[in-house]
Parts: sequence; C-alpha cells; structure tokens
Amino acid sequence: MSSTAKDFDEKARGEFARFGTTRVRRGELLRHPVYTRFLHWSVAIFFILSLSTGFAIYSPWLFRSIAPLFGGGPWTRALHPWFGLLFEIFFFFQFLNWVTPMAWTAADRRWVKRLRAYVTNKDPLESEEVGFFNGGQKLYFWAIVLSGILFLITGLLMWFDHLAGRWIVAISYVIHDLAALLMLAGFIIHVYEGTAHQPGTFRSMIDGTVSEAWAWTHHPSWFRSVTGRDPREAYEREKQRQERGS
Amino acid sequence: MSNPRTFQIQEISAHPGPVPGAGTRLEEKVCKYIDVTTCIGCKACEVACVEWNDHPFRETTFNDTYQTMPSTEWNYYNLIKFAEDERDGNLMWLLRKDQCMHCEDPGCLRACPADGAIVKYENGIVDFQQENCIGCGYCISGCPFDIPKFHPKTNKVYKCTLCSDRVGQGLEPACIKACPTGCLKFGTKSDMVQIAGLRAKQLQEVSGFADAGVYDPPSIGGTHVIYVLHDIKRPERYGLPANPVIPPSYTYWKWLAKPIGLWMGLLGIGAVFFHRIFYGPKLPEPEVPELRTGPREEIDAGRKEQP
Repeated sequence: MSSTAKDFDEKARGEFARFGTTRVRRGELLRHPVYTRFLHWSVAIFFILSLSTGFAIYSPWLFRSIAPLFGGGPWTRALHPWFGLLFEIFFFFQFLNWVTPMAWTAADRRWVKRLRAYVTNKDPLESEEVGFFNGGQKLYFWAIVLSGILFLITGLLMWFDHLAGRWIVAISYVIHDLAALLMLAGFIIHVYEGTAHQPGTFRSMIDGTVSEAWAWTHHPSWFRSVTGRDPREAYEREKQRQERGS
Repeated sequence: MSNPRTFQIQEISAHPGPVPGAGTRLEEKVCKYIDVTTCIGCKACEVACVEWNDHPFRETTFNDTYQTMPSTEWNYYNLIKFAEDERDGNLMWLLRKDQCMHCEDPGCLRACPADGAIVKYENGIVDFQQENCIGCGYCISGCPFDIPKFHPKTNKVYKCTLCSDRVGQGLEPACIKACPTGCLKFGTKSDMVQIAGLRAKQLQEVSGFADAGVYDPPSIGGTHVIYVLHDIKRPERYGLPANPVIPPSYTYWKWLAKPIGLWMGLLGIGAVFFHRIFYGPKLPEPEVPELRTGPREEIDAGRKEQP
C-alpha cells in the first residue's frame, strides 16, 4: 500500500478515536477500533440495501415481495445504483483499512488445506500460525474486492447503457449477477461465522473487543503479537485454573 | 369482447351433409405490411403516428438527408429512414418506414425484469405498460432493432404500440390509414405474407429485381411487421439486421441460471443453519465453567450423541 493511503488511514483512525471510544475491560482485547467498525457497518448497510434492491430486479420471483419495500419498481431501480455506489465508496476505505492484515501468506494456504477440519469443528483451537484474520476471512475479503471491481465496471455500463452497446449491457448483466452470487455465498458464511457459529465474535464489531480466550482460540498468532504471551500456554493455564476451581 | 366462436353452429337438425362452415377459425395474428418499393417518403405515416398518439411535435434534426431525425424517439415511434444506394451505376433511394417490428419472440419482453411492464397479445402485438415499467432499460439491449426509447423525464421506455388501442376497436393502425400509396397494409399475418409474396414475385418477374423478397426473420420467430425489399439478400442496406437475435443472457441465463442461483442461495442459508445444528458452535476454549450446571464429565458425555 502506498504511503499516502496508509497515512490517510492512520489519520482517519485517529480522528474517529477522538469521537468514539472502545472500552477494553479486564480479560479483553481490542479487536476493531471505532473507524473499522464504522466502515464495516457502513459497508454492511449499503451491501444489504444493494443486495435487496438488486435481487428484486434479479428475479421475477422476488420482485413483487421486495420492490414494495423500496417504494415500488421504479424506486427500486432508481436507488439500486446509488446504494451500490455508496457500498463501493465505503468498501474502498475498508480496503485501505484492511489491505495489510489481509495479505495472503503461506500460513493461509495451509489454513485452506485444513478447511475440512475447520468446517467439522474438529480442532477446538485454531492452528498457532493463524493471525489477525484466518484464510477464510481473507478469501472472503478478496472475493469482495473482485466482485466490487466487477460490480463497479458492469454496473456503470448498465447505468449508462446508452453509452455502452446493446451486447455489452447484455454481457454486463450476467457478470453483475455472477459477482452478486459470489458475494451472497460469502455473505451467508460471513454472517453465520460472525454470529451463530462463533459466539463472542459479533461483539468485536459492536463493542470492538473480544475476550482473551476468544483470541487464543481463534487467532492464536494475533493473541501472541498483542499480549506477548504464548497462546497455548495461556489456554493450558486457564484450563488448569478452571479445573482447580471446579 | 365475446368469443366469436361461441355462436358458431355446431349441429343442425334434419340437415343433410356437413354443417356449413364447420372447422372455420378466426385468424387472430395481425400483421403490418410495408412495401418499401412503393414508398415515396412522404412521411404522412409519421404525422399520423404523432397525431394519434397525441405527441407534441418535437424538434427535428437535419443531417443532410430527408430523414426527420436520426432515429425513432420516445415520442416519435415511426420514422422513414432514407438510405442512398447504387444500382447499375445509378443512385437508388431506399426508403424504409422504421418502427417496432412486433417480434413473435420479443427480445424486449425476454429482457424485462419488471412484472407486467411488457405484454404480448394473442394477435402478436407487443405492448409496453408504462405504469409497470421501472426504467432499467434492459429492453433496449434486448431489442435487435434499436426500437425502445428511454424518456429521461418519466424514466420510462416507449415504443410503437401497433396502435393496439385502434386495433382493439377494429380499426387499422394510424400509419396505415394515412398512407397515400398503399405501400402500407394491415390484416392477418397469413394474408399479409401472401400479399408480400405475390408482390415480391411481381418485382422479380416484372420489375427486374431478381433478389426481391419478404423480410420476416425466422431467427426471432417471424415478425408482425413484414417488409417487401428490393434485395432480400442484403437487408443491412435498409438498416435491418440479416439475422436479428436476442442476447442469450436474456433467454438462457434469465430462465435457467437465475432460478438455479436463487436455489443455491436458499441452500446456502439452509446449509449454515443445519451446520450449526449438526456441529454446534465454536466456543472460546476452555469453555467458561460458570455456565455449566453439573460436573464436567457428565456434561461432556451428554454432549456426545449416544448410539
């Protein structure tokens, strides 16, 4: 990332921290600062608005049920590109905010190889090399980057269809749909992992904090880097403490 | 309108022989016939169209031809297109009345995502219902003839209706009524095809246009507006596509891939829901003992399903 973008991101984080606060209690770690949370939810809101308006136009089976929520078909059509544009703008800042921790590494390649064990909850503790984001989170992030670019290009071509040709619009429409389906798949998994599947995760995007146990369980390498303690050792110590107590 | 077949006589008492008129059927498909070879470019049809549809007279564009404007517009459904061509070293003017072709397989209707914005009647007329139009413009890219036109003020798309309001009352379209040379005719599709065939034959045999023919492109199932052309081998000279097609994304993608995509989305939601049911949550380890109600061993045994 260029230094200008990095400087901007640092500055934005600082400005947001002046207005918002993140209270970190004993036994908790700061996961997402105010600026990140603001970006995440702005992206989320405009993503859901774009998704709903888009799905109304995508499918005749959803048109009648979704379009009235936005004031009817013409309003749905008129709002969709603006929702999409705002999604793109906020995601651009989210991209600057996260591009460094989202860099793909050899550890992520190994994470993908262990996907089956991850999905079946085989290992209660994540591999020690999993950092701030795991391989799955990074895959989702880069899938959004890819879809975001596709959405923007094909969306503009369909928005200004009189400038593009007839066949360009017809092709853009398919690519736009495919990008949406890719994002929808990731979105379903993302929401599930962030709420029902991994309790203690959702608050990281609301309050900005997670418990230390959450950190050494799901992101051991990140736990090591912020606390300086060994994640496995911390886990064993806590286990012994609990067994003594019970 | 009552079904004209309702009072068709089915049986007759004490009548020798078959029932007269048995098996007759009303031909429902309508068609507009345009003979470009007898068009004089008077533009009476343009005026009649604007008048009948109660459109204001809009500004014209002069671009060194006799054409009123470069293309049809949202309030100008009917336009005579002038093209210059050469025949045996002489100038030849090609005058073609351009308007909606009312395709048997309409690309605009295939592309439209809004419920009820485009309809096709039994008689073959393709009509836009502007109150249901959402203004996305997909119909514009679905049309092989560049006919639907977007109106930026109302955000709706408009095109020739084949005067469905007149045809519904048993009248011919306004352009047909205005034509002074008889190069425009209106009737059933089979009659028009027959007349067009005869006219093309006459052009071939009498007038020396060996390649004269009828434009009724089969790639879109035929059209409810047909042309008699001097040269059917090169319709591009008149600005007509030789092989008009609807983009496959509006046919296969829309009716096959889209439902599959939707079902996959639903399956995905079902999958994560049952994943939680089957595999349970990923809790921060070790689990917090305060939440437990009994000794650890018992809880652990309880968590494992017993065979």
